[in-house]
Amino acid sequence: MRVKFHQSLDDLKEKLLVMAGMVEQAIQRSIEAYRTRDLSICELVLRSEPSINRLEREIDQMALDLLAMEQPMAIDLRFILSVIRINADLERVGDQAVNIAVRVREMGAFANIDLPVDIPKLASLSSAMVRKALQAFIEADADLASSVLKMDDQVDEMNDAAFYALSSLIKERPELTPQSLNALIIARNLERVGDHATNIAEDVIFWVRGADVRHHTTPA
Amino acid sequence: MGVGIQVENLNAWYGSTHTLHDINLHIPANHATALIGPSGCGKSTFVRCLNRMHETNPIARATGVIKMGDLDIYKDASPVEIRRRVGMVFQRPNPFPTMSIYDNVASGLKLNGFRNRRILDETVERSLKQAALWEEVKDDLKKKSGASLSGGQQQRMCIARALAVDPEVLLMDEPASALDPVSTSKIEDLIFQLKSQYTIVIVTHNMQQAARVAENTGFFLNGKMVEFDSTHKIFTNPSDKRTEDYITGRFG
Repeated sequence: MRVKFHQSLDDLKEKLLVMAGMVEQAIQRSIEAYRTRDLSICELVLRSEPSINRLEREIDQMALDLLAMEQPMAIDLRFILSVIRINADLERVGDQAVNIAVRVREMGAFANIDLPVDIPKLASLSSAMVRKALQAFIEADADLASSVLKMDDQVDEMNDAAFYALSSLIKERPELTPQSLNALIIARNLERVGDHATNIAEDVIFWVRGADVRHHTTPA
Repeated sequence: MGVGIQVENLNAWYGSTHTLHDINLHIPANHATALIGPSGCGKSTFVRCLNRMHETNPIARATGVIKMGDLDIYKDASPVEIRRRVGMVFQRPNPFPTMSIYDNVASGLKLNGFRNRRILDETVERSLKQAALWEEVKDDLKKKSGASLSGGQQQRMCIARALAVDPEVLLMDEPASALDPVSTSKIEDLIFQLKSQYTIVIVTHNMQQAARVAENTGFFLNGKMVEFDSTHKIFTNPSDKRTEDYITGRFG
């Protein structure tokens, strides 16, 4: 039995979940900042970024050490590869939270008006994708991961709808261009969060089933 | 050129101990096939059946069919003929200690009655070149004994000795497990080159080695062939839970 190695794999998983918790919190806070226009929450998001980046490097280093020292095989090899990829996707989700916080800060300079886009709804959908993908990772549940993939179309549709609604608004009321552009970018950031959640779900499927389902390829 | 090996319903015993159970597989020609599994799982017994070494033990017996190409090795040929066509390299290099390097490599040919000096010279040179040892020993062929070489050189000399009789199949039973990493990589490079001309079967406990050198891998457990598939499949996503548990170190 390779007790030490398997303990190290558990440690790696635990560390990735710490990272996931921080990233989820960052995205929740950025949306809370949008909803309330509370700039102090934006600051919290911006301040969390270095910790997320540090964890990303630590996780990569742990994974690299295990690849070099333990020469993992089969499901263990797939697990470590998945962790490396999920790690990168989580870090990017963290970046999106920072991008949203920056936009909200800019929007603070303008009047808080009603825009024809439901950012909180889009946010709750893309956050749900992230949460579900991470739950699938925790439980090694490829079926749950597959259900995440189906949610992405809805996020894309909402992002497209936001694009049309906001570009029409800009045409009709050019004075609202700054707010509209910021909201448009936030919608785009949230759409990217959904894409990262999709990647995470695909990595869970790869780890659990050994099937590469990226880019709509058929499971092996 | 190498020849494919078809194994059908192979069973083997040592006395009353049933060590191989209904092994069926096809070993493709001119490929390297790795056999992995825990100690005592039957993989060495299996390769010893492939060159009829198993039967040299008085309490051992085997049933079933092993065909090299169209030749049924237990029916259509003598053990001596089979062992010429199926060379074997062991875990520890086994040079003839009192013989020179030249005589070590030529020993199989001489046993087979070859006396023509020119043919012997040519064969020794060709075999040592194939075993990637020629450049290191060409000036000392008859001066140095085989036993004076380093472990890694001795093992390559034993490979040259096996190649000198022009076999079609080369069996290697943990050929690099007693060697340092540099010598090991030389043996692995050699396997890679030799498989274009020979069918190679390698028993190894080193799974990375199996992954590096073999196109196909078979996993043995308790005398049974649990899984046989492409090496890629075995080491990235094996079909059988027992294979996965073994290669990921979850048992044994």
